[in-house]
Amino acid sequence: MSAQEYAFIVLAVVGSASAIAVVTARNVVHAALYLVLSLLSVGGVYLVLGAEFVAWVQILIYVGAIVILFLFGLMLTKAPIGRDTLDNQRRWLGALVGLGIFAGLVFMIQDAFDVRGDAWAFEPVQATTEQVGSAMFRSYILPFEAISFLLLAALIGAVVLARKDDAA
Amino acid sequence: MIRLPLILIFSAFLFSAGVYGVLARRNAVMVLMAIELMLNAVNVNLVAFAAQLGDITGQVFALFVIAVAAAEVGIGLAIVILIFRNRATINVDEVNLLKW
Repeated sequence: MSAQEYAFIVLAVVGSASAIAVVTARNVVHAALYLVLSLLSVGGVYLVLGAEFVAWVQILIYVGAIVILFLFGLMLTKAPIGRDTLDNQRRWLGALVGLGIFAGLVFMIQDAFDVRGDAWAFEPVQATTEQVGSAMFRSYILPFEAISFLLLAALIGAVVLARKDDAA
Repeated sequence: MIRLPLILIFSAFLFSAGVYGVLARRNAVMVLMAIELMLNAVNVNLVAFAAQLGDITGQVFALFVIAVAAAEVGIGLAIVILIFRNRATINVDEVNLLKW
């Protein structure tokens, strides 16, 4: 195993453990903070894979903006604490479905790729921000414009939805 | 050197944790958090294949997915706050107005 693989495994263990904590935590604010840990370790995985720009965007947008939005959402709504109010009574069915999906995906992965051998091993190459930018604005300008239109629609929609309408 | 299947298994684990969260949680905000975990799993796959193939396209689409996730959370939380204002609950089991 190489140093990169060790770094990845440490990050993956931290990310997986905090992902489990996100979906099982009894306190909603703790769940949001575990989500921060999980998103940070995913950002670390991006750094290990040489995707520096995506890693910083992940940290800026997910940790900086989305988790803050979640915390505001939790603060503006009543957040009861405790397993019975937070979780479904039949959560073991959900656990069964989750485990089934995980088992199926792992079976397909080890079927399609050689997990133990080095056939699918690769040396991550650092992708520069310049490469990402020129790919985005040369080849994928139409999806980029669609995303910007979507963000505008989401912005207006969120304002319209959350506005207190006294007249109506 | 890093082996691609390990990254795919990590991503599969994140996705399964998200599926469990969506199914088991009753608080609507927690359901949205679990959806974020699933979107992250997809992004890990995109970036891993971009690195393995030496093609930048996967990273570009990971950025698009992050932007869509941000829009989704904004709208989702606005809807959740609106439901809380009207029904005084965000328990997804009790919000069954559209259930036939």
